This record gives sequence, C-alpha cells and structure tokens, in this order.
Amino acid sequence: MRGSGIIASVRLGISSLMLHKLRSGLTTLGVLFGTSSVIAMLAIGEGASAEAQEQIKRLGSQNVILRSVKPAEDQNQGSQTTRILSYGLTNDDYERVATSFPSVGRVVPSRLVAQEARFEDRMVPQPRIVATTPEWLEVSGRLVENGRFLTKSDSVGAKNVCVLGTELARDLFLFKDPIGQRVKLGADYFDVVGTITPRVRFDSDAPGAGEETTQELFIPLSTADNWFGDMNVSRRAGSFNAEEVELHELLIGVDNKDNVIGIANAAREMLERFHDEKDYEVVVPLELLAQAEETKRIFNIVLGSIAGISLLVGGIGIMNVMLATVTERTREIGIRRALGAKRQDIVAQFLVETVVLSVGGGLFGVALGLAIPQIVQWYTDMPTLVTLQAPILAFTISAGIGVLFGIYPAWRASHMDPVDALRHE
Amino acid sequence: MSDNGVPRESPVAVAADSGGTSAPVAQFQSVQRIYRMGDQEVRALDGVDLTFRAGEYWSIVGPSGSGKSTLLNVLGCLDRPSEGTYFLGGEDTGELNDDALSELRSRRLGFIFQSYNLIPQLNVLDNIMVPLLYQSHPPADGEERARELASRVGLGDRLDHRPRELSGGQMQRVAIARSLVNDPDLVLADEATGNLDSQTSMEILDLFDELHSEGKTIVFVTHEASVSERAQRVLVMGDGRVCEVRETARLAQELAT
Ligand SMILES: Nc1ncnc2c1ncn2[C@@H]1O[C@H](COP(=O)(O)OP(=O)(O)OP(=O)(O)O)[C@@H](O)[C@H]1O
Ligand SMILES: [Mg+2]
Repeated sequence: MRGSGIIASVRLGISSLMLHKLRSGLTTLGVLFGTSSVIAMLAIGEGASAEAQEQIKRLGSQNVILRSVKPAEDQNQGSQTTRILSYGLTNDDYERVATSFPSVGRVVPSRLVAQEARFEDRMVPQPRIVATTPEWLEVSGRLVENGRFLTKSDSVGAKNVCVLGTELARDLFLFKDPIGQRVKLGADYFDVVGTITPRVRFDSDAPGAGEETTQELFIPLSTADNWFGDMNVSRRAGSFNAEEVELHELLIGVDNKDNVIGIANAAREMLERFHDEKDYEVVVPLELLAQAEETKRIFNIVLGSIAGISLLVGGIGIMNVMLATVTERTREIGIRRALGAKRQDIVAQFLVETVVLSVGGGLFGVALGLAIPQIVQWYTDMPTLVTLQAPILAFTISAGIGVLFGIYPAWRASHMDPVDALRHE
Repeated sequence: MSDNGVPRESPVAVAADSGGTSAPVAQFQSVQRIYRMGDQEVRALDGVDLTFRAGEYWSIVGPSGSGKSTLLNVLGCLDRPSEGTYFLGGEDTGELNDDALSELRSRRLGFIFQSYNLIPQLNVLDNIMVPLLYQSHPPADGEERARELASRVGLGDRLDHRPRELSGGQMQRVAIARSLVNDPDLVLADEATGNLDSQTSMEILDLFDELHSEGKTIVFVTHEASVSERAQRVLVMGDGRVCEVRETARLAQELAT
C-alpha cells in the first residue's frame, strides 16, 4: 500500500465498493447534492451581486452624484389645474459646490430637457436629453464611439450641436451614419457631432457592460439655457403642470478614492444648509458598493452554513455506511492482518474507500452544480456566474469530508484484534 | 477442561524439542496464554516449552479446547503470550510492537486456515499476492512467483477467477499458494483439511509432503489420527499443556534413507 500502491489501493477500493453498487451509489448522493448546491447557489449569488456591482461601478466609484428629487409632500397637493413646481439643485448650489472642492474634484452640472427628438419621419417621444458641459464625458467615464463629444467651444458659443447615445442613434438613423445629420429637438435643429457608447471606462470588460438602457442625447448646457429655459411643461387632460428645475444633477468627480466619503459628507451638509426641504439626493457609488459587498458577505455566510450543513449530513451518511462496511468485513480485516497488514494499511484501505465515495460524489456534484446555473439562466434569465473557486472549493471540501468522516471507521477497523476478527462469521 | 479425557494431573509438561541439529525456527519458553473473563480464567496455554527446528514437519493433535489453535496463533504472531517468551528466528517477539509483528507475519510466516479465508473481491492471482502487498520491500518478481505457485497447486489456468467460482479444494490450494508466496520460514495450518472430503484432503496433504521434502518447516493442526501420522513428529496437547511428543514412522523411515 505504499508509493506505487496508491493506484492499486484505489482500484481495490473501487472494486470493494462495487460489491454493493446500490449502497455505494446512494451513499454518494448526500455529498453529491451538498456539492452541487454549494456551486449552484454560489453561481446564482455571484451572478446577482456581479450585476448589482456592475451597475454601481458604471456610476463611477470615484464619483459623488447630487440629484434633484421632487419633494414628496408636494406631489398630491391641491386640485389646481395649473401649478408650477419649483425644486431641486440650483445654479447657486453648483457655484458653492464648485468653489468648495476645487482641489479635489471636478463638478459637472447637467439638466434634463423634456423634448421629443425627430429625424426625417422618425420620432422618439421621450429621449433622455442631457444638457451638460464637456467634462461630463471624462467624469462619467463614458467612451466616444464615433466623432467627438461636446467641446468647450460648443459650450462657449452655445452651439446647436448634439451627441447621441448608440441606442438613440440606432432608433433615429437605423443604419445610416448620424454624424453630420441634423436632429430636431422640439422646434430646433441640432447638428450631430458624435456618438458615445454605453460602455464605461471603469472595468469595461465586466459582464453587462455594453447593454444600453436609455435613449440618450447630449447637448451643451448653455444651448439648453438659451433655447429651453428651466421650465419643463407637461399638459395632461386639461391640466397644466410645469416643473422648474435649474439643474438635475451635479456630478462630482473626485481625484482620489480616499476623498470620496469626505466630499460626499461635505456636500450633504452644504445642501442641507441651503435647502429647506429635501428636494435632492446624494448618491455615493462607493458607499453603495460597500453596501453591496456587505450584503454579499452576509449572503455568503448564510450560504456557506447551509452548504456546510448539507455536506455534514452527507459526511455522516458516509460514516454510517463505512461503519456498517467495517463490521461486515471484519473477517477480511482479520485475514489481511494475519497476512501482514499493519494497522496503517487497514486505515489506508478504508480511508481510500471513503475518499473514493466522497470524491465520486464530489465529482458528480461539481458536474451537476455547473449544470444547474445554466438551466436556471436558460429558464429565468437570472444572471449566474460560476467562479473558478466555487467548484474547487466544493470539491476540496467534499474530499475533506471523506477523510474526516472516514477516520473513525478506519480506526475502528485497524484496531480489531486479528484473532477475533478471523473468527468473525 | 476435565472432560477432554486427558488427566489433569498428567506428568510435568513435556518440553518438546526434537534435539535435532538444525537451527531453531520458533521457540516457546514457559508460554502461557490466559483469557480472563470477569473473575474467570481460562488457561488456553498453560506453560508450554517448545522448539521447532528448520525443516521439521509437525502435527498437533488434542481434544477440542486443548489449546491447539491458540498455540498456532501465538506461533504465527497473531496473538501474544500472557506469560513466557516466544522467540521467532532468534528474535524475542515480546520486544516487538504491532507493526514489527505485522512485518514478521508478511515476511516469515505462512498461514493456512480451515475456512480458506480468501478475500472475496480479489481474483486468484491477487489473493496469492496479498502477503507481498504488505512487505516493506516487496520482491520484484512477486507476480511471477505468484503465477508459478498457482500452476504448482494446479490453478495456473484460473488466475482471474474469484474465490466464489472455485471449489473448496481449489480455494484451499489458493490459500496454500498464498502461504508460500513470501517464502516463509514457517508454514502454519489450522485444520486445513477440516472442511474437505477425504479425496481432496489427501491431495492437500500430498502438497504438504512435497513442501516438506523441499525443506519447508511445517506445523499443522488436525483432528484425525491418520492425518497426524503424515508428519515427522506429533505434538499432543491437553488442557493447554504439551502432553506428549511422539516421533512417527515417517521420521524413522526418513532417517533410514
Ligand atoms: N477469545 C477467547 N476468549 C476466551 N476464551 C478463549 C478465547 N479463545 C479461546 N479461548 C479458550 O481457550 C481454550 C483453547 O481454545 P483453542 O481454540 O485453542 O482450542 P482448540 O484446541 O483449537 O480447539 P478445537 O479443536 O475445537 O479447535 C478454549 O477453552 C477456549 O474456550
Ligand atoms: Mg482450533
């Protein structure tokens, strides 16, 4: 049973187990399901959290985002047919924020414009028109696909130019090259100077990057001020609603991750001081990321415990069967001892059998565990992600279970008295 | 143990030694094997002095419960004396730990049992090779030896059969081949023919005779007087003691030639 004998002893172990095929097969089921559930659950969990983290990362983990939010208490106010609601971030806020952190961050203001977009006979009724400054591209981490983004001279000259997101470009122009064409926003024409991809510079090869969700279009903020003002008007069923929002978003690009939380807190304080009601929100992707990671950690602990328990049950099943096997094969143990087997040889023999059982269960478990996420993804569109660690971890644990739960039966076998064992019927 | 026909007050235990000239293989000095169950004591061996010399051919007889199997188990290092000393090849086995005794069994001893005791999941060839499996330095030609021994006991064409596909006599032949594969100093057989019909028994005993003529040291336990006469010397056990050591006609015949 030494050295080169390992293969021989594994073969012997298998042939001993094959004497009771059904029993051996049933015994491996515990470990099989334990292992496969670990892998499957990890894959589904990883998939979900990877998607969440990707969404957060796309906001830019070094950014702090200040957003205008319609204050809650005003929403059901009165029954007037005409009202003008004024809320949100102001140009004063922008000035204050921009002058407060000049050394650590760039501040990019943007406003949403509610207009429809047309090209020839095609129309997109509610595009997401973002009026912003040239720095937006750099701070948001987005990438130019064709042409260029807005420039300083566009801003200074308040030019009628626009940059399209890939999706809007496709919806309006189909397969035609949009650059050089003119898009009509509301009553005005804008020259298309470029398109940008939905992909971000920050880890652009992560899964999910490249899926666009909005029909975006970008124009210079100064142009928007000239043409559209702050007023977004909506008319519905005879009522007239207008919202006045100076800025929808202030995007702060922080130069260093360590300063993100500090700047976020300073911005919160500042906004609190100058706003009577909470008509803004502060979004800190880094904090969200930390929360997502914490959630994932808790999830992993819960998952690990469930998986651990199921593997434990599998291990106990194996031990139970091995104890029965040892009793059944008392005679064989006596024979081997009489022919010169040392205690350690007997231990090795039964340990090999237990490990073959658990590793066999582990292997099938890994196969099943890799198949389940595929099936889940196929039927539910839930994203799953099988990391390399998951099958390795699951497999190692199942093999370890075999050793751990095999030790006692093997020890029992090796400490039988040879003469008694030989007399056993 | 008084119902076994051997008087309890038999003369002081016989010290069995052929007084021959060859080197002692196994030597008992006042060996006792006492089983204690609660306050009861069974003296399975009760002061045995013995010397088995190289090349000798012994049979052990005696009534049931007289300690024959116990004696053989101690000889085979499967059991240890409660008192006294057992030398195997000049080595005091009392000094050896469990691993060293196991190594002795795999290198120096060959066992043949009444119930064959083959391992069911192994084929004939693998069964014969089991003792080599446990040697710390197994011989390189182990498999070749095993094949030779299999043909010698007439099973050269059954190498990949499982024990359940063999008759009792065939299984016992496999067991004999197995007991020889490690070229032991001492071959021990406990009622090896007990489960076999007389015809098959004779064939097995012929094999023993053959081994003896090749110089192997053989000790076998038997019930039957006729069988015991096959050996050179008969050891008669009674109540855990050696009652008598008798030389057989065979020895006289061998000495004459
Ligand atoms: N494990 C044991 N525990 C208690 N007593 C035992 C044990 N093994 C043997 N004995 C006792 O030791 C004595 C000798 O037993 P042993 O098996 O050596 O007899 P034997 O001469 O081989 O008999 P048989 O011809 O029936 O095989 C018997 O009285 C038996 O009851
Ligand atoms: Mg007996």
